Amino acid sequence: MSSRDAILAAIRKHPLEQTPLPTLNQDWIQYPDRVAQFTTVIETVGGRCIPVSSEGEINSHLKELPQFASAIVRCSTVDGIGEPTLDAGSVAKPHDLLAVDFAVLRGEFCVAENGAVWITDEPTPHRALYFITQHLALVVPRSQIVSNLHEAYQRLAFEKPRFGAFLSGPSKTADIEQSLVIGAQGPRSHVVFLLDDGA
Amino acid sequence: MDHPTAAAKFVANDTRAHWHDKALWFVREKRDRMAHGLPEWEILRETAAAIKSHTITHLADLLEQFEENATKLGATVHWARDGAEHNEIVHGLLRDHGVKKVVKSKSMLTEECHLNPFLERHGMEITDTDLGEWLVQLRQEAPSHIVLPAIHISKEEVGELFHDVLGTEAGNSDPQYLAEAARHALRQRFVEADAGLTGVNFAIAETGGIVVCTNEGNADLGTSLPKLHIASMGIEKIIPQAAHLGVFLRLLARSATGQPITTYSSHFHGPRPGGELHIVLVDNGRSDLIGSDEFRRSLSCIRCGACMNTCPVYRRSGGHSYGTTVPGPIGSILAPAQDAKAHHSLPFACSLCGSCTDVCPVKIDLHHQLLTWRKLIAVRGLVPLSKRLSMRLATAVFKRPWLFNLGGSIARWVTPKLPRFLIYNPLNAWGRQRELPEFPKESFRQAWEKRRSSSGGDGKDTSS
Ligand code: SF4
Repeated sequence: MSSRDAILAAIRKHPLEQTPLPTLNQDWIQYPDRVAQFTTVIETVGGRCIPVSSEGEINSHLKELPQFASAIVRCSTVDGIGEPTLDAGSVAKPHDLLAVDFAVLRGEFCVAENGAVWITDEPTPHRALYFITQHLALVVPRSQIVSNLHEAYQRLAFEKPRFGAFLSGPSKTADIEQSLVIGAQGPRSHVVFLLDDGA
Repeated sequence: MDHPTAAAKFVANDTRAHWHDKALWFVREKRDRMAHGLPEWEILRETAAAIKSHTITHLADLLEQFEENATKLGATVHWARDGAEHNEIVHGLLRDHGVKKVVKSKSMLTEECHLNPFLERHGMEITDTDLGEWLVQLRQEAPSHIVLPAIHISKEEVGELFHDVLGTEAGNSDPQYLAEAARHALRQRFVEADAGLTGVNFAIAETGGIVVCTNEGNADLGTSLPKLHIASMGIEKIIPQAAHLGVFLRLLARSATGQPITTYSSHFHGPRPGGELHIVLVDNGRSDLIGSDEFRRSLSCIRCGACMNTCPVYRRSGGHSYGTTVPGPIGSILAPAQDAKAHHSLPFACSLCGSCTDVCPVKIDLHHQLLTWRKLIAVRGLVPLSKRLSMRLATAVFKRPWLFNLGGSIARWVTPKLPRFLIYNPLNAWGRQRELPEFPKESFRQAWEKRRSSSGGDGKDTSS
């Protein structure tokens, strides 16, 4: 017997009374001001949220960030933003992105309760970019924000091969005596620009 | 080695033992703040428990559904009956791809299967990329906690270790500085790796995807650079639908470290373009647990570590004292299920305070299961003689009230007059780190009688 069949048989050997699935229809938490909640939470996890009214405004904010000003290799998948010096699509291997100092990428939507932004590998040929860059900025339309994770999953379908992730703040570790260190192996800083889309 | 003997080593370093206790209690308090911050916390726990119960009672169907959907997305699903078969599968894949260097993110399952030494014997270089796991790997130890693997190591020890391994300044034990040094070294390992191994937090039957949660981003770096991704999971990691992640991801990080969500919660549906994704489903004793009415619910565990952080015994005895991959309350249930003889002392490493049951996000009745194990271990004759004798004595005394009363009055009279060596000696394990409180003049029964006669006979307190 194959291991597959052996394992399935070993499970089915124990006939159990099957229990039903619970409902997910509950009064999950709602935030009257989702942007305010998102902003507060993302700060507690070491990130920042900056509401902006235009793409031009993002560029001026970026210039004021020391980590952007000193960045030598910059990537961006958002047209007209982030003064890119390298087209991530042009490198053959994701390994060639090790030197990226600053990346500006699109996020799909925000989750107010935990400061997370949903990202996918659709806008970039190398999903490594989200994790390998020294500093990360995400641009998300301001109207795209839900209160809680249940609403987030209502928006998501996983029908085709695709990578997606919730990112909540910069890479961090507390593995040395529980002292929080920002910038474990991934990005050292994480800023979300909430772009007013008039909706 | 049994738990008390191993724990004695840990408590010998008093400063560390106290630090350990406090650090974990601090994490427990962060968890409390998060739990209290959500009005629906108890509904979440109940929902999670019900989803897991459904999952376990439909497990074979869900595994088949997962396999079908994961395969459709282009992943390859493998099945392993035990740890040895798991290691063979992983090694076979690595060998066929000509892999020399492997990066691995945190996976308690691969610890359980002892994958690292196996791959090393076959000439592969494997790096645990979670900082805490890397620390224990470099020290050639096992993790002492499932979420905080290096919680037993001081920053000075990390400083010395990194001085030897990475050439950091001698005597520098600043966490920021040390973590920065680790960052440089580990990023290099990611770039050089030929394959990335990860664990799995949740696998979704309905979609065929897997979810991996980290704070460092190490699972993502390890799987977005090399083309080969191998994910190992216990068969109980299945959940029916993606929507259920809403429940579990809300509970996991809040319970584990008091964060609202892990920094990275990555959803892998199929391999990345041009890459390969292999998912290894491992049984290793889990299907046996399904047959056990007493212990089946322990398969609901999402490995958050909350029961360890809150456990008074774990906090004071350290994870290594359990001698198992998963320590603490849940480990003390799972380990005897694998080998009751080897781990007979673990269900007794428990005060039955029930705090673990209170914090468990999937509502496993941990302390009840621990008590059940004690009975089974006694029935199977695995309780050590010293404990058996004292239990027999206690039974004899408790059965005879006159003997209990007599013993009490003699003890109250005699004990305060005894020389220390008679009380605090090697035969009395209880007296090793404890001092007896001052003995009362009268027994509880006498005090109660007095109070009853002075308050009008019904024993109720009428003073207010
Ligand atoms: S038993 Fe419960 S509290 Fe303990 S690790 Fe598992 S899920 Fe967490």
